[in-house]
Amino acid sequence: MPSIRELAKRESRFVSGHRLCAGCGAGIVMRLVLLAIDKPVIASCATGCVEVASTIFPYSSWKIPWIHSAFENSAATISGIEAAYNVFKREGKIDKEIVFVGFGGDGGTHDIGFQALSGAAERGHNVLYVCYNNQAYMNTGIQRSGATPKFAHTTTSPVGKVIPGKIQWQKNLVDIMVAHGIPYVATSIPGRWNDLVNKVEKAVKINGFKYIEVLSPCRLGWPHEPELTMEISRLAVETCIWPLYEVVEGKYRLTYKPKEKKPVSEWFKLQGRFRHLLLPQNSNLLEEIQKEVDRRWEELLKKSEN
Amino acid sequence: MGIKVAKTANEAFAEGMRQINPDVVAAYPITPATEIVQIFSQFVADGLVKTEFVQVESEHSAMSACIGASAAGARAMTGTSSQGLALMWEMLYIASGLRLPIIMAVVNRTLSSPINIHCDHSDTFGARDSGWIQIYSENVQETYDNLIQGVRIAEHPEVRLPCMIMTDGFILSHCLETMEMLTDEEVRDFVGEPPERENLIKAAVENKPITIGALDLPDYYFEHKRQQAEGMKNALKVIPEIGKEFKERFGRYYGFVENYKLEDADIGIVVIGSTAGTGKEVVDNLRKKGIKAGLLKIRVLRPLPVEEIRRSLKNLKVVGIMERVEGMNAFCGPLYSEISASLYELDERPILTNFVYGLGGRDVRVEDINIIFDDLLNILEKGKKEFTLKYIGVRE
Repeated sequence: MPSIRELAKRESRFVSGHRLCAGCGAGIVMRLVLLAIDKPVIASCATGCVEVASTIFPYSSWKIPWIHSAFENSAATISGIEAAYNVFKREGKIDKEIVFVGFGGDGGTHDIGFQALSGAAERGHNVLYVCYNNQAYMNTGIQRSGATPKFAHTTTSPVGKVIPGKIQWQKNLVDIMVAHGIPYVATSIPGRWNDLVNKVEKAVKINGFKYIEVLSPCRLGWPHEPELTMEISRLAVETCIWPLYEVVEGKYRLTYKPKEKKPVSEWFKLQGRFRHLLLPQNSNLLEEIQKEVDRRWEELLKKSEN
Repeated sequence: MGIKVAKTANEAFAEGMRQINPDVVAAYPITPATEIVQIFSQFVADGLVKTEFVQVESEHSAMSACIGASAAGARAMTGTSSQGLALMWEMLYIASGLRLPIIMAVVNRTLSSPINIHCDHSDTFGARDSGWIQIYSENVQETYDNLIQGVRIAEHPEVRLPCMIMTDGFILSHCLETMEMLTDEEVRDFVGEPPERENLIKAAVENKPITIGALDLPDYYFEHKRQQAEGMKNALKVIPEIGKEFKERFGRYYGFVENYKLEDADIGIVVIGSTAGTGKEVVDNLRKKGIKAGLLKIRVLRPLPVEEIRRSLKNLKVVGIMERVEGMNAFCGPLYSEISASLYELDERPILTNFVYGLGGRDVRVEDINIIFDDLLNILEKGKKEFTLKYIGVRE
């Protein structure tokens, strides 16, 4: 893995001038993913925050060949690009190695884009798919998604007098991707650059479909203070709400183990969407989350081979 | 030169695709177009094509993968029908808006609901404003010839728009007809290598960034749409050019429209697709009786060949526009709107009336078209019409 000094010397391929919010996690994710790849990259991107904020015509933050076609088809679009590359390579029209990356938010990945993602994974295209998961439809104004955590407040799962936010648990897409039998699946965060860079670097060396899901703090939707982006992503790991692990050929391995597991309330208290969970009358809800997070963490520990 | 063979339109599509030998095909099966992908899969399995075949999980992904492939510089093709085309809807506009010359073989089938697998033109008529070139076929030979010409039309640098080639579900898709198939060399020579375009892979090789599909706000969107409209306008010039080149090489020519016994006609019908064959039979019968009847077949609906439609129909007194689509506007079918708009600016124009027929594969027979011509004769005699839209062959 390159040192941070070496990485800093590499040319950034997601450059400033985009209009993502101050403190947005997604821009950091894009930049780190591209920095981690030292080969030519072609990327597709689903409709969403990153797409609208980074390509306002005639400007673009992408110093790579990049395409956006629609919301639910980033994986299908990159499939077609990879197919074109394969035929050109077979025909001897090209010999350069190119890395194919699909990007999507949680909406374009977990929900509306799930079918295209599943299809591309099943077909086994040589593609790295990176989901920047900010846990709601942030681009359209913070509506709940299949990735929104239980009891989070969103504009379509508002906290009300009788309903305490989103009533369902989030979809575990990481395990669903593992179930596809693809060679590499991992979670990451922007707050541990080495973790993300390491995983991307590892993934692109593997032939086949790879999936990395990065928790991407949204200062507007969660909401949190913009300077807390990195810290809040790390706190998700320290509370075991967002464990860092990878699954190589079906084998689970923790890539980071918190020294001391922090209570989930530590993560909640920095975010407006969970404010209601810290009220005394909602202690049972907080307890429910803690219990489930504990259970999932134990389950992951059992599955992990380290 | 080619050889005489017996082929269904599905087989003709698949054989044409094999001969075109596209870089990428991404497709999903749907009745009655399924055979196209089945036959083509065998060509891939037997190593007869260089094509990378992406067996997508839906038509939405089929078009999305074609968009990706085409944006990467590949010659990309697909095939579908009905609900499959409907599922592609969103992507049809994106393919044309990104100016990607994707070729799609479409087997016309009605749209649900009620679910029905048989022919009418509801599916592609709904897509007529999606920015795709639309070419309809009367028989298996035309299906094949249109497909091969479609590649050149779509990829022409002044057009650069996707193109869909239509054939009638079951009536042609599953009907064996004698046709002349060109040799592989003739087709490959005719379609040639696609003209170079800026694309993702070229950009990657040259290490030059390119952004495709950027957010286009009110300060630029309109200009891009205006350019796209110009591409469609240019197709009016390019389609006959490609058609003439095809004729020079292979002897068959198709215009935007086909005029059948219209020169001196008083009355006539306008049709699309396989019904033209039945219609010509009726015209011949009427001519034998001394009735000056004719037929106009629309081959190209997008771009709309307004000049040719005017030229063909301006001297007629009464015209019946037959269409295999119900427009659900409580007035007329969509083809009627197109034809009447085309003729409106003429100082003198025929009386127009509209006949909707054959929905969901309801058979259209000589007797049905006789009824239409009886109506046209009636209107001719009275000098006025008593209805705008009539349904043919329905119980009500």
